[in-house]
Amino acid sequence: MNETWKLLQLPAQADSLQQFRALVREQALALGFAPACADDLVLAVNEACMNVIQHGYRGAAGVIELSAGAIAGGMEIRIRDEATPVSMGDWRPRALEDVRPGGLGVHFIREIMDEVVYLPSPDNTGNVLSMKKYLRSKGAGA
Amino acid sequence: MSVVVRMQDGYAVVSLAGEIDLHTSPEARKLILTCLQDNRPTLVDLGDVAYIDSSGVASLVEGFQLARQRQLDFGLVRVSPAVLNVLKLARLDKVFPLYLSIEERLKNVG
Repeated sequence: MNETWKLLQLPAQADSLQQFRALVREQALALGFAPACADDLVLAVNEACMNVIQHGYRGAAGVIELSAGAIAGGMEIRIRDEATPVSMGDWRPRALEDVRPGGLGVHFIREIMDEVVYLPSPDNTGNVLSMKKYLRSKGAGA
Repeated sequence: MSVVVRMQDGYAVVSLAGEIDLHTSPEARKLILTCLQDNRPTLVDLGDVAYIDSSGVASLVEGFQLARQRQLDFGLVRVSPAVLNVLKLARLDKVFPLYLSIEERLKNVG
């Protein structure tokens, strides 16, 4: 990671989301994403952090570390937590024709991001979620 | 987020403004559901909403469902571009009744 990366570590709670969103918006615009795409990236990251708060830590105290920065042709956002390890198989988006509250977050993330993957956690505790968006994607560039 | 509830022509109008997220949506949800539990047809004004996440959308879906259950009118008014974008992502833009203004809805009632 070089100086174009920004990192923010905050308690895993609902009132931290606004600051995470602000960081992602700032980075996305700085890296040349169109404002509408920056809005989408902000939503995707918000939903991923929400997942950590609600399903990772399940309301227990914890920390979320968000970092965001440039990769070749785009932007990567990493979300690190110390909650119970999960895998992509645990992600269950709901059928959209089924109109009910909940389950939308995973759909938003999949719809918006180009790549979503869990990286090996450095000390085998917690999770590191990596999400990438490329400027060449439809509507992404400014 | 700010939320104001007022009565207009028998309707409860819930005006939301600012950012509706996991932190703020419980209050919006509670007020929307309270209006419906009081058997008020309800319009949610989203004209000044800058941001909404899945928890906010879930609150609107809950309102929609409770209204249907109680056979009460329910709709979204002045949906801001930010909100419309998220409703489209959720494929819900065709599910909620959407109105350009409160007047647009009320003039066709009765």
